[in-house]
Amino acid sequence: MNFVKRLLGLIWLLLGPAVICFLIAGAVKNIDPSGTRDINNPVIWVIIIAIFVPIAIGLMIFGWYAMKNEYKHLPEDSDHLNFE
Amino acid sequence: MNQTQGGNVITRVIAASSLGTMIEWYDFYIFGMLAKTISTEFFPEGNATAALLSTLAIFAAGFIVRPFGALVFGRLGDILGRKSTFLLTLVLMGGSTFLIGLVPGYQTIGIAAPLLVLLLRLIQGLALGGEYGGAATYVAEHAPADRRGYFTSWIQTTATLGLFIALGVIMLVKMNMSDAAFNAEWGGWRYPFWFSILLVGVSVYIRMKMEESPLFSKLKSEGKTAKNPLKESFKHKANFKMVLLALFGAVMGQGVIWYTGQFYAQSFLETKVMLDFEQSRTIMLWAILFATPFFIFFGWLSDKIGRKWIMLLGMLVAIITYRPIFNYFLEKGDVTEWHRADTESGSTTTTKTEALGNGGDSLLIHSKTVKFSSGAAYTEQTVDTLNAATNEVSTGRPVVKDKVLAPTTYWKYIGLVFILIFYVTMVYGPIAAFLVELFPVRIRYTSMSLPYHIGNGVFGGLVPFIGVLLQTTFTSDALVGLWYPIAVAGLCFIIGAVYLTNKIDREVND
Repeated sequence: MNFVKRLLGLIWLLLGPAVICFLIAGAVKNIDPSGTRDINNPVIWVIIIAIFVPIAIGLMIFGWYAMKNEYKHLPEDSDHLNFE
Repeated sequence: MNQTQGGNVITRVIAASSLGTMIEWYDFYIFGMLAKTISTEFFPEGNATAALLSTLAIFAAGFIVRPFGALVFGRLGDILGRKSTFLLTLVLMGGSTFLIGLVPGYQTIGIAAPLLVLLLRLIQGLALGGEYGGAATYVAEHAPADRRGYFTSWIQTTATLGLFIALGVIMLVKMNMSDAAFNAEWGGWRYPFWFSILLVGVSVYIRMKMEESPLFSKLKSEGKTAKNPLKESFKHKANFKMVLLALFGAVMGQGVIWYTGQFYAQSFLETKVMLDFEQSRTIMLWAILFATPFFIFFGWLSDKIGRKWIMLLGMLVAIITYRPIFNYFLEKGDVTEWHRADTESGSTTTTKTEALGNGGDSLLIHSKTVKFSSGAAYTEQTVDTLNAATNEVSTGRPVVKDKVLAPTTYWKYIGLVFILIFYVTMVYGPIAAFLVELFPVRIRYTSMSLPYHIGNGVFGGLVPFIGVLLQTTFTSDALVGLWYPIAVAGLCFIIGAVYLTNKIDREVND
Protein backbone atom coordinates (compact mmCIF):
# COMPACT_ATOMS: atom_id res chain seq x y z
CA MET A 1 0.00 0.00 0.00
CA ASN A 2 2.85 2.37 0.79
CA PHE A 3 4.22 1.84 -2.70
CA VAL A 4 0.84 2.86 -4.16
CA LYS A 5 0.72 5.92 -1.89
CA ARG A 6 4.17 7.00 -3.04
CA LEU A 7 3.51 6.27 -6.70
CA LEU A 8 0.26 8.20 -6.65
CA GLY A 9 2.18 11.05 -5.01
CA LEU A 10 4.00 11.55 -8.30
CA ILE A 11 0.66 11.92 -10.08
CA TRP A 12 -0.56 14.55 -7.60
CA LEU A 13 2.74 16.34 -7.99
CA LEU A 14 2.30 16.54 -11.76
CA LEU A 15 -1.42 17.28 -11.57
CA GLY A 16 -0.81 20.63 -9.84
CA PRO A 17 1.03 22.28 -12.79
CA ALA A 18 -1.42 20.60 -15.20
CA VAL A 19 -4.34 22.33 -13.49
CA ILE A 20 -2.58 25.70 -13.66
CA CYS A 21 -1.83 25.21 -17.38
CA PHE A 22 -5.43 24.15 -18.02
CA LEU A 23 -6.77 27.28 -16.35
CA ILE A 24 -4.37 29.63 -18.13
CA ALA A 25 -5.17 27.99 -21.48
CA GLY A 26 -8.90 28.29 -20.68
CA ALA A 27 -8.46 31.97 -19.85
CA VAL A 28 -6.52 32.72 -23.02
CA LYS A 29 -9.07 30.91 -25.16
CA ASN A 30 -12.24 32.30 -23.60
CA ILE A 31 -11.52 35.85 -22.48
CA ASP A 32 -13.34 38.06 -24.90
CA PRO A 33 -14.12 41.70 -24.05
CA SER A 34 -17.04 41.66 -26.47
CA GLY A 35 -18.48 38.47 -24.97
CA THR A 36 -21.38 38.57 -22.52
CA ARG A 37 -20.95 35.34 -20.60
CA ASP A 38 -19.04 34.73 -17.38
CA ILE A 39 -16.36 32.73 -19.15
CA ASN A 40 -15.59 35.75 -21.36
CA ASN A 41 -15.00 37.98 -18.35
CA PRO A 42 -11.29 38.58 -17.54
CA VAL A 43 -12.01 39.61 -13.93
CA ILE A 44 -13.52 36.21 -13.17
CA TRP A 45 -10.55 34.40 -14.69
CA VAL A 46 -8.13 36.52 -12.65
CA ILE A 47 -10.04 35.65 -9.45
CA ILE A 48 -10.21 31.95 -10.28
CA ILE A 49 -6.57 31.65 -11.31
CA ALA A 50 -5.50 33.65 -8.24
CA ILE A 51 -7.35 31.29 -5.91
CA PHE A 52 -6.53 28.09 -7.79
CA VAL A 53 -2.78 28.57 -8.10
CA PRO A 54 -2.21 28.21 -4.32
CA ILE A 55 -4.56 25.20 -4.30
CA ALA A 56 -2.63 23.58 -7.15
CA ILE A 57 0.62 24.28 -5.28
CA GLY A 58 -1.03 22.63 -2.26
CA LEU A 59 -1.76 19.57 -4.39
CA MET A 60 1.88 19.48 -5.46
CA ILE A 61 3.03 19.68 -1.84
CA PHE A 62 0.56 16.91 -0.99
CA GLY A 63 2.06 14.82 -3.80
CA TRP A 64 5.57 15.58 -2.57
CA TYR A 65 4.69 14.52 0.99
CA ALA A 66 3.07 11.36 -0.37
CA MET A 67 6.19 10.55 -2.40
CA LYS A 68 8.32 11.04 0.70
CA ASN A 69 6.09 8.52 2.49
CA GLU A 70 4.84 11.15 4.95
CA TYR A 71 1.38 9.55 4.89
CA LYS A 72 2.62 6.13 5.87
CA HIS A 73 1.17 6.62 9.37
CA LEU A 74 -1.34 9.32 10.25
CA PRO A 75 -0.90 11.00 13.66
CA GLU A 76 -3.31 9.61 16.24
CA ASP A 77 -3.16 12.44 18.77
CA SER A 78 -1.58 15.85 19.33
CA ASP A 79 1.54 14.38 20.85
CA HIS A 80 2.42 13.10 17.39
CA LEU A 81 2.07 16.62 16.04
CA ASN A 82 4.67 17.84 18.54
CA PHE A 83 3.72 21.52 18.81
CA GLU A 84 5.86 22.47 21.75
CA MET B 1 -13.35 13.07 24.64
CA ASN B 2 -13.66 12.53 28.36
CA GLN B 3 -16.22 15.11 29.15
CA THR B 4 -19.76 13.99 28.56
CA GLN B 5 -22.39 16.67 28.69
CA GLY B 6 -25.91 16.18 29.99
CA GLY B 7 -28.73 15.72 27.49
CA ASN B 8 -30.17 19.16 28.17
CA VAL B 9 -26.87 20.95 27.67
CA ILE B 10 -26.01 19.21 24.42
CA THR B 11 -29.51 19.89 23.06
CA ARG B 12 -29.08 23.58 23.80
CA VAL B 13 -25.60 23.56 22.31
CA ILE B 14 -26.88 21.97 19.11
CA ALA B 15 -29.87 24.31 18.96
CA ALA B 16 -27.73 27.42 19.46
CA SER B 17 -25.11 26.35 16.93
CA SER B 18 -27.52 25.02 14.33
CA LEU B 19 -29.94 27.94 14.46
CA GLY B 20 -27.15 30.44 13.93
CA THR B 21 -25.59 28.46 11.10
CA MET B 22 -28.98 28.00 9.49
CA ILE B 23 -29.57 31.76 9.55
CA GLU B 24 -26.21 32.37 7.96
CA TRP B 25 -27.08 29.98 5.16
CA TYR B 26 -30.49 31.60 4.83
CA ASP B 27 -28.78 34.97 4.42
CA PHE B 28 -26.39 33.59 1.85
CA TYR B 29 -29.08 31.85 -0.19
CA ILE B 30 -31.58 34.69 -0.47
CA PHE B 31 -28.94 36.72 -2.24
CA GLY B 32 -28.47 33.94 -4.79
CA MET B 33 -32.18 33.31 -5.26
CA LEU B 34 -33.01 36.98 -5.71
CA ALA B 35 -29.95 37.55 -7.90
CA LYS B 36 -32.01 38.67 -10.89
CA THR B 37 -33.95 41.31 -8.97
CA ILE B 38 -30.86 42.45 -7.09
CA SER B 39 -29.02 42.73 -10.37
CA THR B 40 -31.77 44.95 -11.81
CA GLU B 41 -31.90 47.13 -8.69
CA PHE B 42 -28.20 47.54 -7.99
CA PHE B 43 -26.23 46.45 -11.06
CA PRO B 44 -28.07 47.76 -14.14
CA GLU B 45 -27.03 46.49 -17.54
CA GLY B 46 -25.00 48.77 -19.75
CA ASN B 47 -22.95 50.25 -16.91
CA ALA B 48 -19.40 48.87 -17.00
CA THR B 49 -18.55 49.81 -13.39
CA ALA B 50 -21.75 48.27 -12.06
CA ALA B 51 -21.04 45.12 -14.09
CA LEU B 52 -17.55 44.87 -12.58
CA LEU B 53 -18.93 45.34 -9.07
CA SER B 54 -21.56 42.70 -9.76
CA THR B 55 -18.90 40.23 -10.86
CA LEU B 56 -16.87 40.93 -7.73
CA ALA B 57 -19.94 40.60 -5.52
CA ILE B 58 -20.69 37.17 -6.92
CA PHE B 59 -17.26 35.67 -7.46
CA ALA B 60 -14.96 37.39 -4.97
CA ALA B 61 -17.39 36.88 -2.08
CA GLY B 62 -17.52 33.15 -2.65
CA PHE B 63 -14.05 32.28 -3.85
CA ILE B 64 -11.66 34.64 -2.10
CA VAL B 65 -13.36 36.20 0.88
CA ARG B 66 -14.85 32.98 2.24
CA PRO B 67 -11.52 31.13 2.65
CA PHE B 68 -10.03 34.39 3.93
CA GLY B 69 -12.85 34.54 6.50
CA ALA B 70 -11.95 31.00 7.53
CA LEU B 71 -8.41 32.19 8.31
CA VAL B 72 -9.44 35.41 10.08
CA PHE B 73 -12.19 33.92 12.25
CA GLY B 74 -10.44 30.57 12.66
CA ARG B 75 -7.50 32.42 14.21
CA LEU B 76 -9.81 34.42 16.47
CA GLY B 77 -11.66 31.26 17.49
CA ASP B 78 -8.44 29.54 18.50
CA ILE B 79 -7.19 32.57 20.44
CA LEU B 80 -10.33 34.17 21.94
CA GLY B 81 -12.68 31.21 22.02
CA ARG B 82 -15.37 29.52 19.96
CA LYS B 83 -18.40 31.18 21.50
CA SER B 84 -17.42 34.85 21.08
CA THR B 85 -16.12 34.24 17.55
CA PHE B 86 -19.15 32.56 16.13
CA LEU B 87 -21.33 35.15 17.85
CA LEU B 88 -19.41 37.80 15.93
CA THR B 89 -19.77 35.98 12.60
CA LEU B 90 -23.51 35.71 13.17
CA VAL B 91 -23.92 39.42 13.88
CA LEU B 92 -21.79 40.36 10.86
CA MET B 93 -23.70 38.04 8.56
CA GLY B 94 -27.18 38.97 9.77
CA GLY B 95 -26.38 42.66 10.02
CA SER B 96 -25.04 42.88 6.48
CA THR B 97 -28.03 40.97 5.11
CA PHE B 98 -30.45 43.32 6.85
CA LEU B 99 -28.52 46.32 5.53
CA ILE B 100 -28.60 45.02 1.94
CA GLY B 101 -32.37 45.20 2.28
CA LEU B 102 -32.06 48.89 3.22
CA VAL B 103 -29.72 50.06 0.44
CA PRO B 104 -31.61 52.32 -2.01
CA GLY B 105 -31.51 51.25 -5.66
CA TYR B 106 -29.12 52.43 -8.38
CA GLN B 107 -31.84 54.76 -9.71
CA THR B 108 -31.82 56.67 -6.41
CA ILE B 109 -28.19 56.86 -5.25
CA GLY B 110 -26.28 55.84 -8.39
CA ILE B 111 -22.96 53.99 -8.15
CA ALA B 112 -23.03 54.14 -4.34
CA ALA B 113 -25.74 51.45 -4.43
CA PRO B 114 -23.65 48.66 -6.03
CA LEU B 115 -20.61 49.74 -3.99
CA LEU B 116 -22.53 49.37 -0.73
CA VAL B 117 -23.98 46.02 -1.80
CA LEU B 118 -20.51 44.77 -2.75
CA LEU B 119 -19.12 45.82 0.62
CA LEU B 120 -21.96 44.11 2.51
CA ARG B 121 -21.65 41.03 0.35
CA LEU B 122 -17.94 40.76 1.11
CA ILE B 123 -18.70 41.00 4.84
CA GLN B 124 -21.26 38.21 4.37
CA GLY B 125 -18.69 35.97 2.68
CA LEU B 126 -16.13 36.75 5.36
CA ALA B 127 -18.55 35.87 8.15
CA LEU B 128 -19.69 32.69 6.42
CA GLY B 129 -16.05 31.57 6.28
CA GLY B 130 -15.84 31.80 10.05
CA GLU B 131 -19.17 30.36 11.08
CA TYR B 132 -19.07 26.69 10.18
CA GLY B 133 -15.76 25.82 11.82
CA GLY B 134 -16.91 27.49 15.04
CA ALA B 135 -20.27 25.75 15.15
CA ALA B 136 -18.82 22.31 14.31
CA THR B 137 -16.00 22.66 16.82
CA TYR B 138 -18.33 23.97 19.52
CA VAL B 139 -20.77 21.07 19.18
CA ALA B 140 -18.05 18.42 18.83
CA GLU B 141 -16.26 19.68 21.92
CA HIS B 142 -19.46 19.28 23.94
CA ALA B 143 -20.45 15.91 22.48
CA PRO B 144 -19.71 12.49 24.00
CA ALA B 145 -17.10 10.54 22.01
CA ASP B 146 -19.44 7.84 20.79
CA ARG B 147 -22.08 10.27 19.49
CA ARG B 148 -19.95 13.00 17.94
CA GLY B 149 -21.02 12.20 14.40
CA TYR B 150 -24.67 12.16 15.40
CA PHE B 151 -24.58 15.48 17.25
CA THR B 152 -22.50 17.37 14.69
CA SER B 153 -24.68 16.09 11.85
CA TRP B 154 -27.41 18.42 13.09
CA ILE B 155 -25.25 21.31 11.92
CA GLN B 156 -25.05 19.67 8.52
CA THR B 157 -28.81 19.99 8.16
CA THR B 158 -28.58 23.76 8.49
CA ALA B 159 -27.37 24.43 4.95
CA THR B 160 -30.38 22.51 3.70
CA LEU B 161 -32.77 24.06 6.17
CA GLY B 162 -31.45 27.53 5.38
CA LEU B 163 -32.06 26.87 1.70
CA PHE B 164 -35.50 25.50 2.51
CA ILE B 165 -36.53 28.51 4.59
CA ALA B 166 -35.13 30.95 2.04
CA LEU B 167 -37.11 29.26 -0.73
CA GLY B 168 -40.22 29.19 1.46
CA VAL B 169 -40.03 32.85 2.51
CA ILE B 170 -39.44 34.06 -1.04
CA MET B 171 -42.27 31.94 -2.42
CA LEU B 172 -44.59 33.12 0.38
CA VAL B 173 -43.86 36.78 -0.36
CA LYS B 174 -44.16 36.21 -4.12
CA MET B 175 -47.49 34.44 -3.78
CA ASN B 176 -48.97 37.37 -1.87
CA MET B 177 -48.19 40.15 -4.31
CA SER B 178 -47.95 40.88 -8.01
CA ASP B 179 -44.63 40.59 -9.84
CA ALA B 180 -44.55 44.38 -10.21
CA ALA B 181 -44.99 44.89 -6.45
CA PHE B 182 -42.35 42.27 -5.72
CA ASN B 183 -39.77 43.73 -8.08
CA ALA B 184 -40.33 47.44 -7.29
CA GLU B 185 -37.41 49.41 -5.78
CA TRP B 186 -38.84 49.08 -2.25
CA GLY B 187 -40.89 46.01 -3.14
CA GLY B 188 -41.38 42.54 -1.70
CA TRP B 189 -37.93 41.24 -2.64
CA ARG B 190 -36.57 43.22 0.34
CA TYR B 191 -38.77 41.42 2.90
CA PRO B 192 -36.60 38.26 3.09
CA PHE B 193 -33.60 40.52 3.84
CA TRP B 194 -35.46 42.33 6.62
CA PHE B 195 -36.80 39.06 8.02
CA SER B 196 -33.19 38.04 8.61
CA ILE B 197 -32.73 40.50 11.49
CA LEU B 198 -35.54 38.85 13.44
CA LEU B 199 -33.91 35.43 13.09
CA VAL B 200 -30.52 36.82 14.05
CA GLY B 201 -31.95 38.51 17.15
CA VAL B 202 -33.34 35.20 18.39
CA SER B 203 -30.13 33.35 17.62
CA VAL B 204 -27.86 35.94 19.27
CA TYR B 205 -30.05 35.78 22.37
CA ILE B 206 -29.67 31.99 22.53
CA ARG B 207 -25.95 32.03 21.83
CA MET B 208 -25.30 34.72 24.45
CA LYS B 209 -26.67 32.37 27.07
CA MET B 210 -24.31 29.56 26.14
CA GLU B 211 -21.04 28.73 27.89
CA GLU B 212 -17.66 28.52 26.16
CA SER B 213 -16.58 25.09 24.87
CA PRO B 214 -15.32 23.07 27.88
CA LEU B 215 -12.20 21.92 26.03
CA PHE B 216 -11.25 25.43 24.99
CA SER B 217 -11.95 26.76 28.51
CA LYS B 218 -9.68 24.10 29.98
CA LEU B 219 -6.96 24.89 27.46
CA LYS B 220 -7.25 28.59 28.22
CA SER B 221 -7.17 28.12 31.99
CA GLU B 222 -3.98 26.10 31.56
CA GLY B 223 -2.49 28.82 29.35
CA LYS B 224 -2.06 26.38 26.46
CA THR B 225 -3.98 28.20 23.73
CA ALA B 226 -2.12 28.74 20.48
CA LYS B 227 -0.13 31.97 20.24
CA ASN B 228 -0.18 31.94 16.46
CA PRO B 229 -2.79 29.47 15.13
CA LEU B 230 -2.07 30.29 11.47
CA LYS B 231 1.61 29.49 11.86
CA GLU B 232 0.90 26.30 13.83
CA SER B 233 -1.73 25.17 11.34
CA PHE B 234 0.04 25.81 8.08
CA LYS B 235 3.76 26.12 8.82
CA HIS B 236 3.90 23.08 11.03
CA LYS B 237 4.47 20.21 8.62
CA ALA B 238 2.75 17.50 10.67
CA ASN B 239 -0.46 19.55 10.85
CA PHE B 240 -0.24 21.06 7.37
CA LYS B 241 -0.10 17.64 5.74
CA MET B 242 -3.35 16.81 7.56
CA VAL B 243 -4.91 20.05 6.26
CA LEU B 244 -3.95 18.98 2.73
CA LEU B 245 -5.31 15.49 3.30
CA ALA B 246 -8.60 16.86 4.65
CA LEU B 247 -8.97 19.06 1.57
CA PHE B 248 -7.96 16.64 -1.18
CA GLY B 249 -9.14 13.42 0.46
CA ALA B 250 -12.56 14.48 1.72
CA VAL B 251 -13.79 18.07 1.53
CA MET B 252 -13.06 18.76 -2.14
CA GLY B 253 -15.30 15.83 -3.18
CA GLN B 254 -17.91 16.67 -0.57
CA GLY B 255 -18.03 20.25 -1.89
CA VAL B 256 -18.76 19.31 -5.50
CA ILE B 257 -21.30 16.62 -4.56
CA TRP B 258 -23.08 19.08 -2.31
CA TYR B 259 -23.11 21.85 -4.90
CA THR B 260 -24.21 19.57 -7.73
CA GLY B 261 -27.07 18.08 -5.69
CA GLN B 262 -28.48 21.24 -4.24
CA PHE B 263 -27.65 23.97 -6.74
CA TYR B 264 -26.60 22.62 -10.10
CA ALA B 265 -29.63 20.31 -10.19
CA GLN B 266 -31.98 23.24 -9.70
CA SER B 267 -30.21 25.37 -12.29
CA PHE B 268 -30.23 22.40 -14.69
CA LEU B 269 -33.99 21.94 -14.31
CA GLU B 270 -34.61 25.63 -14.92
CA THR B 271 -32.16 26.41 -17.70
CA LYS B 272 -31.61 23.11 -19.54
CA VAL B 273 -34.88 21.26 -19.03
CA MET B 274 -36.70 24.65 -19.01
CA LEU B 275 -39.16 23.69 -16.28
CA ASP B 276 -41.71 26.12 -14.97
CA PHE B 277 -40.20 28.18 -12.09
CA GLU B 278 -42.70 27.08 -9.44
CA GLN B 279 -42.47 23.41 -10.41
CA SER B 280 -38.67 23.34 -10.38
CA ARG B 281 -38.65 24.98 -6.93
CA THR B 282 -41.24 22.61 -5.47
CA ILE B 283 -39.32 19.62 -6.85
CA MET B 284 -36.29 20.88 -4.91
CA LEU B 285 -38.32 21.58 -1.78
CA TRP B 286 -39.89 18.10 -1.65
CA ALA B 287 -36.59 16.36 -2.36
CA ILE B 288 -34.78 18.39 0.31
CA LEU B 289 -37.54 17.77 2.81
CA PHE B 290 -37.41 13.99 2.30
CA ALA B 291 -33.61 13.80 2.25
CA THR B 292 -32.73 16.05 5.20
CA PRO B 293 -33.23 13.38 7.95
CA PHE B 294 -30.49 11.36 6.28
CA PHE B 295 -27.88 13.92 7.39
CA ILE B 296 -28.65 12.80 10.92
CA PHE B 297 -28.78 9.14 9.91
CA PHE B 298 -25.35 9.16 8.29
CA GLY B 299 -23.90 11.18 11.16
CA TRP B 300 -25.24 8.54 13.54
CA LEU B 301 -24.02 5.69 11.31
CA SER B 302 -20.54 7.20 11.15
CA ASP B 303 -20.29 6.81 14.92
CA LYS B 304 -20.86 3.09 14.46
CA ILE B 305 -18.83 2.20 11.37
CA GLY B 306 -16.47 5.14 10.85
CA ARG B 307 -16.68 8.31 8.71
CA LYS B 308 -14.42 7.49 5.79
CA TRP B 309 -16.33 4.87 3.83
CA ILE B 310 -19.72 6.55 4.16
CA MET B 311 -18.34 9.73 2.62
CA LEU B 312 -16.39 7.89 -0.06
CA LEU B 313 -19.34 5.65 -0.96
CA GLY B 314 -21.46 8.80 -1.40
CA MET B 315 -18.85 10.12 -3.85
CA LEU B 316 -18.60 6.81 -5.70
CA VAL B 317 -22.34 6.37 -6.31
CA ALA B 318 -22.57 10.01 -7.39
CA ILE B 319 -19.74 9.50 -9.89
CA ILE B 320 -21.48 6.43 -11.35
CA THR B 321 -25.04 7.76 -11.50
CA TYR B 322 -24.80 11.50 -12.19
CA ARG B 323 -24.94 11.22 -15.95
CA PRO B 324 -27.83 8.71 -16.10
CA ILE B 325 -29.89 10.81 -13.66
CA PHE B 326 -29.37 14.12 -15.45
CA ASN B 327 -29.88 12.42 -18.80
CA TYR B 328 -33.27 11.20 -17.53
CA PHE B 329 -34.19 14.81 -16.70
CA LEU B 330 -33.39 15.83 -20.27
CA GLU B 331 -35.16 12.91 -21.95
CA LYS B 332 -38.35 13.11 -19.92
CA GLY B 333 -38.44 16.88 -20.33
CA ASP B 334 -38.23 16.69 -24.11
CA VAL B 335 -41.52 17.99 -25.59
CA THR B 336 -41.00 15.97 -28.78
CA GLU B 337 -41.33 12.89 -26.62
CA TRP B 338 -44.45 14.36 -25.00
CA HIS B 339 -46.09 14.80 -28.42
CA ARG B 340 -45.21 11.22 -29.32
CA ALA B 341 -46.41 9.58 -26.11
CA ASP B 342 -49.22 11.87 -24.95
CA THR B 343 -52.43 13.35 -26.35
CA GLU B 344 -52.70 17.09 -26.90
CA SER B 345 -55.77 18.40 -25.08
CA GLY B 346 -55.71 21.99 -26.25
CA SER B 347 -53.63 25.05 -26.95
CA THR B 348 -53.90 28.83 -26.63
CA THR B 349 -52.02 31.45 -28.58
CA THR B 350 -51.36 35.04 -27.49
CA THR B 351 -49.38 37.89 -29.01
CA LYS B 352 -48.00 40.77 -26.96
CA THR B 353 -46.23 43.90 -28.20
CA GLU B 354 -43.45 45.59 -26.23
CA ALA B 355 -41.48 48.73 -27.09
CA LEU B 356 -37.81 48.15 -27.91
CA GLY B 357 -35.70 51.18 -26.99
CA ASN B 358 -36.70 54.71 -27.96
CA GLY B 359 -36.43 54.35 -31.75
CA GLY B 360 -40.01 53.15 -32.24
CA ASP B 361 -39.04 49.54 -32.88
CA SER B 362 -41.06 46.93 -31.06
CA LEU B 363 -41.00 43.30 -30.05
CA LEU B 364 -43.81 40.97 -31.03
CA ILE B 365 -43.98 38.18 -28.49
CA HIS B 366 -45.97 35.19 -29.74
CA SER B 367 -46.73 32.60 -27.09
CA LYS B 368 -48.38 29.27 -27.74
CA THR B 369 -49.28 27.22 -24.68
CA VAL B 370 -49.83 23.53 -25.40
CA LYS B 371 -51.62 21.29 -22.90
CA PHE B 372 -51.71 17.50 -22.74
CA SER B 373 -54.28 15.09 -21.33
CA SER B 374 -51.74 13.84 -18.76
CA GLY B 375 -51.59 17.33 -17.22
CA ALA B 376 -48.30 18.30 -18.83
CA ALA B 377 -47.99 21.66 -20.59
CA TYR B 378 -45.40 23.93 -22.14
CA THR B 379 -45.14 27.33 -23.79
CA GLU B 380 -43.44 27.93 -27.11
CA GLN B 381 -42.41 31.53 -27.45
CA THR B 382 -41.15 33.39 -30.49
CA VAL B 383 -39.94 36.98 -30.20
CA ASP B 384 -40.03 38.88 -33.52
CA THR B 385 -38.61 42.36 -33.96
CA LEU B 386 -40.59 44.95 -35.88
CA ASN B 387 -38.45 47.66 -37.46
CA ALA B 388 -40.47 50.90 -37.29
CA ALA B 389 -38.60 52.58 -40.16
CA THR B 390 -38.85 49.78 -42.74
CA ASN B 391 -41.86 47.96 -41.28
CA GLU B 392 -39.91 44.75 -41.70
CA VAL B 393 -40.23 41.90 -39.23
CA SER B 394 -37.21 39.80 -38.35
CA THR B 395 -38.39 36.47 -37.00
CA GLY B 396 -36.88 35.09 -33.83
CA ARG B 397 -36.15 31.45 -32.97
CA PRO B 398 -38.91 29.60 -31.13
CA VAL B 399 -37.99 28.77 -27.54
CA VAL B 400 -39.76 26.13 -25.46
CA LYS B 401 -40.11 27.22 -21.84
CA ASP B 402 -42.25 27.02 -18.69
CA LYS B 403 -42.64 23.28 -19.02
CA VAL B 404 -45.08 21.75 -16.57
CA LEU B 405 -44.52 18.05 -15.99
CA ALA B 406 -47.32 15.49 -15.77
CA PRO B 407 -47.86 14.41 -12.12
CA THR B 408 -46.19 11.00 -12.59
CA THR B 409 -43.09 12.50 -14.18
CA TYR B 410 -43.07 15.27 -11.58
CA TRP B 411 -42.80 12.75 -8.73
CA LYS B 412 -40.13 10.78 -10.61
CA TYR B 413 -38.12 14.01 -10.84
CA ILE B 414 -38.59 14.53 -7.09
CA GLY B 415 -37.36 10.97 -6.53
CA LEU B 416 -34.25 11.56 -8.60
CA VAL B 417 -33.44 14.92 -7.01
CA PHE B 418 -33.97 13.18 -3.67
CA ILE B 419 -31.29 10.66 -4.69
CA LEU B 420 -28.92 13.51 -5.59
CA ILE B 421 -29.46 15.08 -2.17
CA PHE B 422 -29.22 11.67 -0.52
CA TYR B 423 -25.65 11.54 -1.87
CA VAL B 424 -25.12 14.97 -0.29
CA THR B 425 -26.23 13.60 3.07
CA MET B 426 -23.75 10.74 2.77
CA VAL B 427 -20.77 13.00 2.14
CA TYR B 428 -21.90 15.88 4.33
CA GLY B 429 -23.43 14.11 7.35
CA PRO B 430 -20.15 12.80 8.84
CA ILE B 431 -17.82 15.59 7.63
CA ALA B 432 -17.89 17.84 10.72
CA ALA B 433 -16.96 15.00 13.09
CA PHE B 434 -14.33 13.82 10.61
CA LEU B 435 -12.69 17.26 10.46
CA VAL B 436 -12.87 17.89 14.19
CA GLU B 437 -11.15 14.59 14.92
CA LEU B 438 -8.36 15.35 12.47
CA PHE B 439 -6.99 18.40 14.31
CA PRO B 440 -5.88 19.26 17.87
CA VAL B 441 -8.05 21.50 20.01
CA ARG B 442 -5.56 24.43 20.16
CA ILE B 443 -5.71 25.04 16.38
CA ARG B 444 -8.86 23.15 15.47
CA TYR B 445 -10.98 26.14 14.43
CA THR B 446 -8.30 27.43 12.02
CA SER B 447 -7.19 24.06 10.67
CA MET B 448 -10.65 22.73 9.81
CA SER B 449 -12.15 25.99 8.55
CA LEU B 450 -9.76 26.57 5.66
CA PRO B 451 -10.07 23.17 3.92
CA TYR B 452 -13.82 23.19 4.52
CA HIS B 453 -14.29 26.55 2.82
CA ILE B 454 -11.89 25.83 -0.03
CA GLY B 455 -13.71 22.55 -0.64
CA ASN B 456 -17.18 24.03 -0.50
CA GLY B 457 -16.63 27.64 -1.55
CA VAL B 458 -14.06 27.14 -4.30
CA PHE B 459 -14.44 23.57 -5.60
CA GLY B 460 -18.19 23.51 -5.01
CA GLY B 461 -18.77 27.11 -6.05
CA LEU B 462 -17.02 26.56 -9.37
CA VAL B 463 -19.46 23.84 -10.51
CA PRO B 464 -21.61 26.22 -12.65
CA PHE B 465 -18.66 28.17 -14.08
CA ILE B 466 -16.67 25.10 -15.11
CA GLY B 467 -19.93 23.62 -16.41
CA VAL B 468 -20.37 26.55 -18.81
CA LEU B 469 -16.67 26.41 -19.72
CA LEU B 470 -16.93 22.73 -20.67
CA GLN B 471 -20.22 23.30 -22.48
CA THR B 472 -18.59 25.99 -24.61
CA THR B 473 -15.71 23.71 -25.53
CA PHE B 474 -17.69 20.51 -26.08
CA THR B 475 -20.97 21.73 -27.52
CA SER B 476 -22.44 18.40 -28.61
CA ASP B 477 -22.84 16.92 -25.11
CA ALA B 478 -25.53 18.60 -23.00
CA LEU B 479 -24.23 16.83 -19.90
CA VAL B 480 -20.57 17.73 -20.35
CA GLY B 481 -20.72 20.12 -17.36
CA LEU B 482 -21.07 17.11 -15.07
CA TRP B 483 -17.54 15.95 -15.86
CA TYR B 484 -16.16 18.58 -13.47
CA PRO B 485 -17.91 17.30 -10.29
CA ILE B 486 -17.35 13.72 -11.49
CA ALA B 487 -13.60 14.31 -11.98
CA VAL B 488 -13.13 16.18 -8.69
CA ALA B 489 -15.15 13.60 -6.74
CA GLY B 490 -13.23 10.81 -8.51
CA LEU B 491 -9.88 12.33 -7.59
CA CYS B 492 -11.05 12.86 -4.02
CA PHE B 493 -12.34 9.28 -3.84
CA ILE B 494 -8.95 7.87 -4.85
CA ILE B 495 -7.02 10.10 -2.43
CA GLY B 496 -9.47 9.38 0.39
CA ALA B 497 -9.50 5.63 -0.22
CA VAL B 498 -5.72 5.39 -0.34
CA TYR B 499 -4.58 7.85 2.33
CA LEU B 500 -7.40 8.28 4.89
CA THR B 501 -8.01 6.04 7.84
CA ASN B 502 -11.45 4.87 8.94
CA LYS B 503 -10.47 4.97 12.60
CA ILE B 504 -12.64 7.20 14.80
CA ASP B 505 -10.53 9.36 17.08
CA ARG B 506 -12.36 9.07 20.41
CA GLU B 507 -10.17 11.67 22.12
CA VAL B 508 -10.65 15.15 20.73
CA ASN B 509 -9.52 16.89 23.92
CA ASP B 510 -5.86 16.69 22.93
